[in-house]
This record gives sequence, structure tokens and C-alpha cells, in this order.
Amino acid sequence: MTISGPAGAPTLQPQLRRTALRGLAGMDRLATVGAVLLAVIVLAALLAPLIAPYPDDGGSATHPLEALLPPSGAHWFGTDQVGRDVLSRVLYGARTSLLIAVAVLVIAGVVGVVLGVVAGYAGGWVRDVIMRVTDVFLAFPALLLSLALAVVLQPSVTTVIVAISVTWWPWYARLTASVAASVSTRGFVDSARCLGVPAPVIVFRHVLPNSLTPVLVQLSLDGGGVILTAAALSYLGLGAHEPTSEWGLMVQQGQSLFTTDWWVVTCPGVAILITAFAFNVLGEGLRARLAR
Amino acid sequence: MSERPAVLGAEAVTLAYGHTAVVHDVSLSIGEGGIGLIGESGSGKTTLARALLGLLRPRSGTITYGSRDLTSLDRKERARFRSDVQPVFQDGSEALDPRMTVEASIGEALTTHHRMTKADRRAKVAELLTDVGLDPALTARKPHQMSGGQRQRVAIARALAVEPRLLVLDEPTSALDVTVQARILDLLERLAAEHGLGYLLITHNLGVVDRLCRTSHVLFAGRVVESGPTTDLLTRPAHPYTLALRDAVPRLGGEPPRPAGRTEATPAESGCPFRLRCPFAVDVCGKEAPQIRDVQGRMVACHRAEDVLAEGEVPHAPRK
Repeated sequence: MTISGPAGAPTLQPQLRRTALRGLAGMDRLATVGAVLLAVIVLAALLAPLIAPYPDDGGSATHPLEALLPPSGAHWFGTDQVGRDVLSRVLYGARTSLLIAVAVLVIAGVVGVVLGVVAGYAGGWVRDVIMRVTDVFLAFPALLLSLALAVVLQPSVTTVIVAISVTWWPWYARLTASVAASVSTRGFVDSARCLGVPAPVIVFRHVLPNSLTPVLVQLSLDGGGVILTAAALSYLGLGAHEPTSEWGLMVQQGQSLFTTDWWVVTCPGVAILITAFAFNVLGEGLRARLAR
Repeated sequence: MSERPAVLGAEAVTLAYGHTAVVHDVSLSIGEGGIGLIGESGSGKTTLARALLGLLRPRSGTITYGSRDLTSLDRKERARFRSDVQPVFQDGSEALDPRMTVEASIGEALTTHHRMTKADRRAKVAELLTDVGLDPALTARKPHQMSGGQRQRVAIARALAVEPRLLVLDEPTSALDVTVQARILDLLERLAAEHGLGYLLITHNLGVVDRLCRTSHVLFAGRVVESGPTTDLLTRPAHPYTLALRDAVPRLGGEPPRPAGRTEATPAESGCPFRLRCPFAVDVCGKEAPQIRDVQGRMVACHRAEDVLAEGEVPHAPRK
């Protein structure tokens, strides 16, 4: 007696690929906008040295004679206090902001997910210890803790990454722990235990992959938040410093000029807004899609 | 082969979640052939299965593997236990990792205790699939790309991959269509015979036990209320609960099933736990809990077992 499926196995692979494509296309329109926007921003960041009209202006170059020129054909976004092209600096700033966002999400994500999945699977006192530590971190207001850390460490991009990661991981730990706890009660985990598969292997082969989806959604939702927090820290002078191009820093330096030379502060501000928006709608779209 | 001692057993096992005991003082043993465990939902069947599989520690009493206490096994013995005793759960879609292909799922079982080359593994997976009546071309499928019956067959193949001596079958067919149920039971019966497997079959379906198990235990509210040869239990129940279960099975052309007392009543806290649902209940049932005793070749925990025997003796056609 032999039973084969309704469709033969060989036709399966192309069918799968098609579903994956349809999955992307089936995302709602706003989420697609978010994905496209984010792709453009990432490309802009990667290609900044090639597409920036004045690549040197991303760094320490100064052109005192061209200071504070309004937007024109030569300088689409105008120039800043020391005559640097604002468009070039916004493009270079995308590198800093995305670097911070990716680094924070990776560090906080990995730490949070690993601790969470261990807590969720192990349960008992292991879970209690991990969750109490998590609670301690969550008890501090996130921005305040980041601020305190950034003050103690030297202001730099690395400091921003560390400071935000420290306040961000507990959220992922908590989320992952609750998902992993429910995944751990499922039959395939019991089945693996009955086979004698070692606990660490069960955690990373079965529990982790099946607990990841909500965390991935949360990570993409949080990308915008990280960029905003990083901008806030830089704005307060605790993050990136001159001559690094960083959006928050640019906003801080340009704010006194807002009434006279609006472009200096507005252009990086809008860049922050668009990037945070792109992360948010993408995450929201993913969430809606996976909830279906 | 000579008579082997029981592979797996429970001795006076009490199981609890937190402070709530759900299985009380249960003893049974599984060696060769089939043992049935019958009870309604909430009777503690699955909890007992989890304890027998070493997934849950008894509050008191011991789970024995061979002549050893399961909790005192060393590493090597534990590995042997893990390949000797395998579960088949209710629902194949739960028992298989949704992200793994059939090949990866069965392959995991193959390589957990032994090293194996990729080619050997592939060949062995195909052999196991054929053994459970599946097309080996299904190896690249994931659980959601198969039917319920196919998934359950894959789960069985995975369990057989480690060459167990004993299976714990926890409602292995209750999530399946009736026609598929029959075929899975055929398969289990054939595999048990071919591989010389012992098994514990947990179910609420008396027809299934009648067919597959020589000996059965009836569980009510976490207690064994009657155990003995399956045919005896079904033809001449000595416990009112067994009688109620039997008479609740609808038969074509037969009388409509009689309601088994007040089925919604919760088990009694004192005396006999079944007394609130029991048509035979008398004063003594509320005063003292019945001890399990030998009544005409089976073990029963009922003060009025003899009266039940007299009442329950009606013709019963074993289903084949």
C-alpha cells in the first residue's frame, strides 16, 4: 500500500517559490511603500560616496565662503554653517543611522532572543532568574538609562549603539520567552525529548525557529524607534560628534538657524521622519500578514 | 523468543500539576503485546502517558524501565530508554516540527543516537516511509503539505526510526477521519506484529482496544477502577463506569445509548469518586473509598462489583 500526495513531489519546488513571491506581493500597499522606501534608503546609504554630489562634505571639509546657501541647482538641499552640501551630509548620515539601527537590532535581538528562548524552554527557576533580570532593566525608563550610559561612556556612535542595545534587549527577551514557553508545550518538542535529543539542540533547532516570527515583526517595527532614539542622543550631544554626518546631530546644530535658514534643520529632520515611517509601516504590514 | 520481563511500568504512581493531583496511585506494566488504557477526557490518560515517557516526574511512586527506576538511570541507560520507548501522539501535525521536511524529521530520529552518512540516512528514510505505507517521494514535504493520515504515518515512521521495543500510543487516531483511523490501526497492528513491539494504547474508543489489546485498564478521575482481559471488561463489566462506557457506544440497529448517569457531575471528593454518576451508588459509597480487589478474574474498585456483574451481563458482539 503506497500513498502519494494529490500533487506529485517534483512539481513542489516551483510551486513553493511562487507562493513566496505572492507573499511579498500580497502585503498591503502601505507595507510595500515601506519596503521600497527602506530599500531606497539602504541603497542611498551604501552608495553615498558615489551619488553624493560633494563626497568630501560628508566629513570634515569646510567652505566658509559658501556657508548657508539656500537650496539651488548646485546644492539641492542648500549648505550648512560651514558651507557643506546638506544633501551629501544627509546621504552620509543615512549610513550612520542605519548602522546604528542594524547594530542595535542585531545586538539586542540576539541577546534578547537567546535569553528569552532559554527562559521559555527551561521554565522554573531559570526562567525566574532571567525574567527578574529583564524586569530590572525594564524598570528604568529606556531613554533615561541610555542617557546615563551615554554620559558615563565617551560620546560616539559606538556609545549610542551600546546605550540603546542595553535598554532594548529586555523587550525581545520578554516577548521571546512567552512565545517560546508556548512552543515548548507542543508535541514536536515532546517528541524530540522522547528521542533523547539534547536540550540545547531542542532549544536551537526546534523552539527558536518556531518562536522567531513575532520577534522579527517586533524588530522591524522597532527600527524606527532606534533611529529616533539615536537621533535624540546625538541631539543631546551624547552620540555622534563632528565631523560625522548624523541626522540628530545635524538637527541639533541647525536648530538655531530654523527661522532664517530652514533647510539646515529640515532636511535631516525629514530624513529621520521618512526612515522611521518606513520601518513602522513595514513592520505593521508584516504583522498584519503573519496574523492572517 | 522467551517471555521477557515488562519493559515499562508504573508502580503506585501519583502525578500532579502544582498542588492538583490528576493521577492517583496507578500501577500497570507494559511488555509484549498491547495494553489498553481507557478513559474519558480529563481522566488523566495523557498525563500518565507523559510520565511513562519520562516527560513528567511522578509526585510519588516510580516509573520502572526494566528493573530500574526511571529517575536513577545513568547517561547510557537513559539513551537506551530513549530509543526503546517511543510515543505516537494524537495529532501528527503537532508531533512534527512544522518547519522541517519529512526527511529532516525522520533523519533527526536516525542520527540522534547513531552517526550516519547522508546516503545511508536517505536510504533509511525511504525504507521507513515504505514501511508505514507512504511514497518515499514525500521526503521533501513539510507537515502542512500532507494530509492528517500522512502526517500520522510520518510520525509513526519517526518513532520506528530508533527501533523501539515499545510504543506509547496516545489517542493515535482520534484526530483522523473514521476511514483513515481504520487504516492507521491496521498499520499499527501490522507493525507491532512485524517488529515484535509492545504498546500501551490510550483511547476513549472501546472498539479500538477491543481489537488491539488483550489486557486493558479503565481510568476514572485519575484512578484505575477496573483492569483485566479486554474481552471480559467489555462483555461483563464489573465497574459501573466500564458498564457506562460500554453502553455509551452507539451501534447500528441497536438501542440508542443509555446516558451514563449525570455525566456532568465532577468526581466526588470523598468516598468513591464515581458515586455522583453511579446508578448503583449506596450509602457505603459515600463513606469509604472502594479498594481495588479481585472479582472473578479482574481487578475492580467498586463496593458493588458483584451486582454490576449481574446487571451488565448482556450479549456483546466483539467487533472485528
